[in-house]
Amino acid sequence: MSDRARHPPRGLIGAAPAPPDDFVAAGPELRREGGFPVGWLIAPATLWLLIFLVLPLLSIVVFSLWNTREAAEELGFTLQYYGEYFIAEGFFDSTSRNFLSTSIFIKTLGSTLYFTLVVMALCLLVGYPIAYFLAMQVGSFKWQMALFLLCMVPFWTSYLIRAVAWLPMLGRRGLLNKMLVGLGIVDKPVGVLLYSEFGYTTALVQLYVVLCIGPIFFSLAKIDNAILEAARDMGATPFQIFREIIVPLSLPGVAIGMIFIFVMLMGEFATAVVVYGGKTSTTGTVILNYYAIANYPFAAVNALVLMLAMMIGVVIILKLVDIRKEL
Amino acid sequence: MARWTPERRRKAAIKGGFGVYYAIFLVFVYGPMIAMFILSFQGRRGGTSFPMRGVSLYWWEKLIQPSTVGDLQGAMLRSLILALIVMVITALFSTMLAMAFRKRFWGSGVLFYTVMAGLMVPGILLSLGLATMLQTIGIPPAWWSSALGVHVVWTLPFGFLVMMAVFNRFDSRLEEAARDMGADEWTVFKEVTFPLILPGIVAAGLFGFTLSYDEFARTTLLAGEYNTLPLDINASMTQRVRPTLFALGTASTIFSLLMIGLFLVIYTILYRRSR
Repeated sequence: MSDRARHPPRGLIGAAPAPPDDFVAAGPELRREGGFPVGWLIAPATLWLLIFLVLPLLSIVVFSLWNTREAAEELGFTLQYYGEYFIAEGFFDSTSRNFLSTSIFIKTLGSTLYFTLVVMALCLLVGYPIAYFLAMQVGSFKWQMALFLLCMVPFWTSYLIRAVAWLPMLGRRGLLNKMLVGLGIVDKPVGVLLYSEFGYTTALVQLYVVLCIGPIFFSLAKIDNAILEAARDMGATPFQIFREIIVPLSLPGVAIGMIFIFVMLMGEFATAVVVYGGKTSTTGTVILNYYAIANYPFAAVNALVLMLAMMIGVVIILKLVDIRKEL
Repeated sequence: MARWTPERRRKAAIKGGFGVYYAIFLVFVYGPMIAMFILSFQGRRGGTSFPMRGVSLYWWEKLIQPSTVGDLQGAMLRSLILALIVMVITALFSTMLAMAFRKRFWGSGVLFYTVMAGLMVPGILLSLGLATMLQTIGIPPAWWSSALGVHVVWTLPFGFLVMMAVFNRFDSRLEEAARDMGADEWTVFKEVTFPLILPGIVAAGLFGFTLSYDEFARTTLLAGEYNTLPLDINASMTQRVRPTLFALGTASTIFSLLMIGLFLVIYTILYRRSR
């Protein structure tokens, strides 16, 4: 019996052990009514969220429909920005080279989605074994927590600085090139590392992988050792145990981690500028550029479509995996 | 000493393999930051990549001279003050919310998902939404108002989840006993509840402080006239990258690490005491 089974992880975040049995059995109706009035407890935060979360999102919706091209006295709403968002100029013109082609915005959204999916897959590939190692292989609770915190520390440091730190690694005279030359893999330094798809993807994986390690670790750590031992006693091979028990039970954690990375990456804009040298645009950079030239309706339309795309993505992940057990 | 059966040997090999992978992972995560740290001590004639041309404090000195990098000290101070305010509000709000969620109440589901939405809505959307909104009303954005607002939206879900976990394993009988002995609500909170949940409040504060101190996306359009530190760092990226930037990055990272360490120490002490 390992140390882990006797001491379920009790960490800084999440992974709380179940409440005492009698607490559940007694039910809310048997507990005495006490505590401060709910209304007072929730009022400040609710008001705050209303002003700084709900209203700004509504503002995006309003601005995406607001016809700012008309004279100011003729206040009106229009769908024309949405039309221009989806189809390129010259869509209906058979002589135009943009005939029946989608707009640059849709293409940008597509490439943003492409990078997002690639990085999500890589994060899962890189992060899952780490979470598995921490939850299943590290015996003592103390070490488990220490090694887990070591993984999580970058999350609490500046993401922008971590992106900047990739510059001396990836450049033509960077460390990675030195290593490649030193190992004899390439003859002379290659220029494709920085300001390239490769460098961009690598940096994004490093920046975001910690976000999925936490949730996967917590769902793995919750797996009861008795189940694994029972499977072992019945003659299951380690691979069977992994495929039949560990993977299914860790799926909620995987889903939460993937949702987290998905929404962050879809809204990503800073790394594209720092590590990709602004050579590619993400929907995030498009939004900022239109804001900078005070074209708010277009910034808003881009933002709104991005939000819808993200919602669809999150719903798809939630349909694939039931995370309610985890919450 | 147990005998080395093939089974044990195989298990040790697997564990060792994972250990090596973990070590490589740490190099991947921390390597670039360490390279940046070393390069910040680059010699006066050195550039932004290896090899080192001598070792000097030249770029660190440039960091301290106010003329070279704009209002860096001011930006640092603003980020620090902002992070402290966000920390206090996050700790306060998440405690209050989690206390409310100990009972079911009308609209609790909607409120729960609204709090969680702060985690899911990308910073760029919040920035854009609030910036356009303020523009319409005619209120100029500022780091202590609009940026503070969206920072709390971002940090609150983390603090809230921490406090929910704390109350999940909280023994309500302690409070009931105090009530039975005639304590009023404030006394119960002050004497019973608060000391027990204090470690959790500190953990919630940690999220509030560190996430706000480093936040960039949400501040982008909302800081107004005066920059916060991440905005300043981003602005200096648009000029030629110099080792000064690495010194700045290193200084900021060391500060973050110190704060995390401080929080963890306080948390551990309080956690031991509360048991």
